[in-house]
Amino acid sequence: MEVCGTHTMEIGRLGIRQLLPDSVRLISGPGCPVCVTPAAYIDAAAELAVSQGVCIATFGDLFRVPGNRRSFAQVKAAGAGIEVVASPRAALDLARKSSGEVVFTAVGFETTIPATAAAVKAAASEGITNLSFFVAHRLVPPALDVLLADSSLRISGFLLPGHVSAIVGAGAYGTLIRRGVPGVITGFEALDILAGICGLLGLLAGNEVAIKNEYTRVVPEDGNPAARRLMEEVYEPCDAIWRGIGMLPQSGLRLRPEFAAFDASVRYGLKEQGDEMPEGCGCGRVLKGLIPPEECLLFGAACTPENPVGPCMVSSEGSCAAAFKYGGAR
Amino acid sequence: MCLAIPARVRSIRGTIAEVEVEGVVTSADLAVLPDVKIGDYVLVHAGLAIQKYDEEDALANLELIRELYRAVSNNG
Repeated sequence: MEVCGTHTMEIGRLGIRQLLPDSVRLISGPGCPVCVTPAAYIDAAAELAVSQGVCIATFGDLFRVPGNRRSFAQVKAAGAGIEVVASPRAALDLARKSSGEVVFTAVGFETTIPATAAAVKAAASEGITNLSFFVAHRLVPPALDVLLADSSLRISGFLLPGHVSAIVGAGAYGTLIRRGVPGVITGFEALDILAGICGLLGLLAGNEVAIKNEYTRVVPEDGNPAARRLMEEVYEPCDAIWRGIGMLPQSGLRLRPEFAAFDASVRYGLKEQGDEMPEGCGCGRVLKGLIPPEECLLFGAACTPENPVGPCMVSSEGSCAAAFKYGGAR
Repeated sequence: MCLAIPARVRSIRGTIAEVEVEGVVTSADLAVLPDVKIGDYVLVHAGLAIQKYDEEDALANLELIRELYRAVSNNG
């Protein structure tokens, strides 16, 4: 199983699935942080822009993803203040130049978390009072643990996400070792992905339970300890809802109490409750790798990239979008 | 969303570097990579440089992967 949206897209684009023998089956897991961000989170942020005139600064990835009621793109078209930014620092610039309130949607896995943590610290040290962070960060290793505990899934090994690993390092995947499943830290070029698959098959053939690093040109064994310290200084773990999967213990982050002044959920009393999926939508089962996208009844008919129903079709790195664009299972 | 791009550091002011990606110049925060020097390659994600590319390591890793590819193609 791969648990990185960029891997999902590259495997699809390169046609790797179709090249492999029948005995090797690649399954896409919950690798797209946009896809697992709860619909209620998007609703709450969109509502803030509409009813309180707050400017929502968000990554482009999240812009078209529907909440239960509407997407950021839809409320922007109706006149609400939604700004797409390429970095959390750009949200800081926006707040510096604006007299109004700005809320940054802090979503993403470990790759993104240090960048938002740096922005929180910068806002605090500069005393910027019109910026807050609506935090829905999710952590990869606790999600892997939940997937491994699910007896309906039988995952032989993981292609581990290259850039998440650049932060967390090989040591963060102890859950795989404890559960007897190997993993290979894998890069994003065609040969990287083939090397990842080859490395994983080697470990499986040798009955070896280990974490191998095939992406050494970017990932040191220990990841980036300074980035992890920054994350830990600003955030603390909490239980979190993954869209379509449900509540996973200690799989999310929230701001530490000393940064409560920058917490949008405190400032505006925001809550991301519940986890409703659109009727018939199979994204929950797709995200866990229980079914390939093509087995969802909506896939390619009621749900297409032009008219998406679920998050995995909306996100450019969602499993359904990849399967629609490139063809999926053989 | 976790894709990060390699960029070459052109200049450094405080913890902010001016970096170049394919001819395009932008800025990157070096807060979690304190040892970066001008001329180094770094991996930038959401405005933050998250890892350094060691050129020698990079070439060695790529060569290893190419070797693996050649071995697999010859066997297959």
